[in-house]
Amino acid sequence: MIEVEGIHKSFGIVHAVRGVSLAAADGKITGLLGPNGAGKSTTLRVLYTVLKPDAGSASIDGVDVVTDSLRARQRIGALPHGSGLYPHLTARENVAYFARLCGLEKSEIDDRVDEIIRLLEIEDFAERRTKGFSQGQRTKVSLARALVHDPQNVLLDEPTNGLDVMATRSLRHLILKLKDLGRCVLFSSHIMQEVAALCDDICIIANGQVAIDDSIEGIRARTGCDDLEDAFMHAVQSVGAG
Amino acid sequence: MRTALIVFAKEVFENLRDRRTLASALIMGPIFGPILFAFVINLSIERSFENIETALELPVIGQQRAPNLVRYLESRNIAVVDGPADDAAAIAAVKTGKHDIVLLIPEAFGEQLADTVPARVKLVSDQANTDADREARRVRRALAAYNSELAAIRLSARGVNPMLLRPLNIDEIDVSTPSGRSAMLLGMMSYFFIFATLMGGMYLAIDATAGERERGSLEPLLCLPVTREQLILGKIGATCVFMALSLTLSLLSFHVALKFMPLEQLGMTPNFGPDVLVTALFLFLPFILLGAALMTLVASFTKSYREAQTWLSVVLIAPTMPILIVSLLTLRPKTEFMFVPSLSQHLLLVDMVKNEPVNNLHVLISFVSTLIFGALLAWICARLYRREGLLG
Repeated sequence: MIEVEGIHKSFGIVHAVRGVSLAAADGKITGLLGPNGAGKSTTLRVLYTVLKPDAGSASIDGVDVVTDSLRARQRIGALPHGSGLYPHLTARENVAYFARLCGLEKSEIDDRVDEIIRLLEIEDFAERRTKGFSQGQRTKVSLARALVHDPQNVLLDEPTNGLDVMATRSLRHLILKLKDLGRCVLFSSHIMQEVAALCDDICIIANGQVAIDDSIEGIRARTGCDDLEDAFMHAVQSVGAG
Repeated sequence: MRTALIVFAKEVFENLRDRRTLASALIMGPIFGPILFAFVINLSIERSFENIETALELPVIGQQRAPNLVRYLESRNIAVVDGPADDAAAIAAVKTGKHDIVLLIPEAFGEQLADTVPARVKLVSDQANTDADREARRVRRALAAYNSELAAIRLSARGVNPMLLRPLNIDEIDVSTPSGRSAMLLGMMSYFFIFATLMGGMYLAIDATAGERERGSLEPLLCLPVTREQLILGKIGATCVFMALSLTLSLLSFHVALKFMPLEQLGMTPNFGPDVLVTALFLFLPFILLGAALMTLVASFTKSYREAQTWLSVVLIAPTMPILIVSLLTLRPKTEFMFVPSLSQHLLLVDMVKNEPVNNLHVLISFVSTLIFGALLAWICARLYRREGLLG
């Protein structure tokens, strides 16, 4: 369960996030939708504790991300935007390294790594060094790495970027599987269809503010637009340029 | 501590697979150093022998005007050959580098000599050319000797004791030990060890911040439930291991290479036995921490891998500065110097290699002060690793 209360974040003169509040429940998929530069990544980075908010607060399962960031990190698996791998390690070694750092016991690491490799269908290239991997292969390994310690909350920053149709489909299946397991999934995207196909709740962000936060039906009803794209445009424009 | 160990193990393991890291740790320092050293040694041996043994070829214009002088020069191992046609040609030949040096005997030479007025000879050389300058000095020395010999003969002929012209008899006593003469070369050697140490860990230091950031693997790493201090500690530790590896190999390769260098011919008998090897390694241990922390620190300020490489090459040179200054001013080892990292290691190593007694207090000061510097820099690294701007 993820809760965000009115966070602000500025970088120099750029006020990237201006009072974003949202909640993502367990057993649900929450989409963070917004145009480029809307503040999606910054919001997620505050949640996985690499950025501190200037104002407001955020918590993971009730653990504050600022005052108790280490414990908050224990409850999340994160896939930051443009995640990279260690080129001289094999896919399996990359995943196992993170498993060790997450504090998994020696005895369970091998089993757990095997399991996640099977789950993400990376058996075929698990023993190869990751140098020269395709974007799809890299994303799968990064995801395996983020999920290896079986976190309750999963944060994905534009996970489908650069993936082909096949890979996107298998990622979608995985996200649904996580939902069935009762996990809290929060992912960002600028692709509407993707969000519409998956999410229970959608939080549309524009210009650093939440334009609308509701279920798909709710968004349709509130904006009076049947087509989600129209609803998106409507919501984004409602926030305006300033 | 467990996290730091995991990071440490992974960094060591991963970099053992990285050809570039391995090349810089295993080849650059350990092989490049002794080769360059051998090259310089051979060069200086060649030069010092050239001076004494080989006959100096001296073009002389107007040989027939001074047969005695020519004979005298030849007795001093100077081979007189025919020079250019005239003065102008001689100057041109030296200017263009055709000859290094030309001796001119003017027409009036014999006459002036007979009249006992100072007989003029001209020596054409290019003093900006160090090689020619040494040859000119040799010729000048021979001419001066001929000069005093003639003077002595003239005085004797007039019944005057030639010793009147020698109020002083200068005896030079050179107290430098054979191995002491090699200070310059030894200074070079200790810099090689510093260079090899830093080079061995350079790529790991870049990788810890700039490299991870550029590759996009830093952010996922920071999302893990570990503290950043532990991450940077593990990384600095791994950098230290590669630096130590590179240093150990360099010491060993010098130990072997020195056996094949004809150092006795230069009057050098450096002591580079196993005991010196082990002590040197011990002396450099705190310097390894200092180097690893310094390189990691500098790399953490850079925005990209390339920028980090540029800045770290500056770091490679920085430790030479104190050594260079002290060498240029030929300062003797003092207690104050032992507080300066790199300089203290250099001075102590030179003493050991020269077979001179090493002051234990100096060793202690060097070790502790360098260690404190290193720990301080590592602490600053850890602090900087915590800041938000780390992700760029």
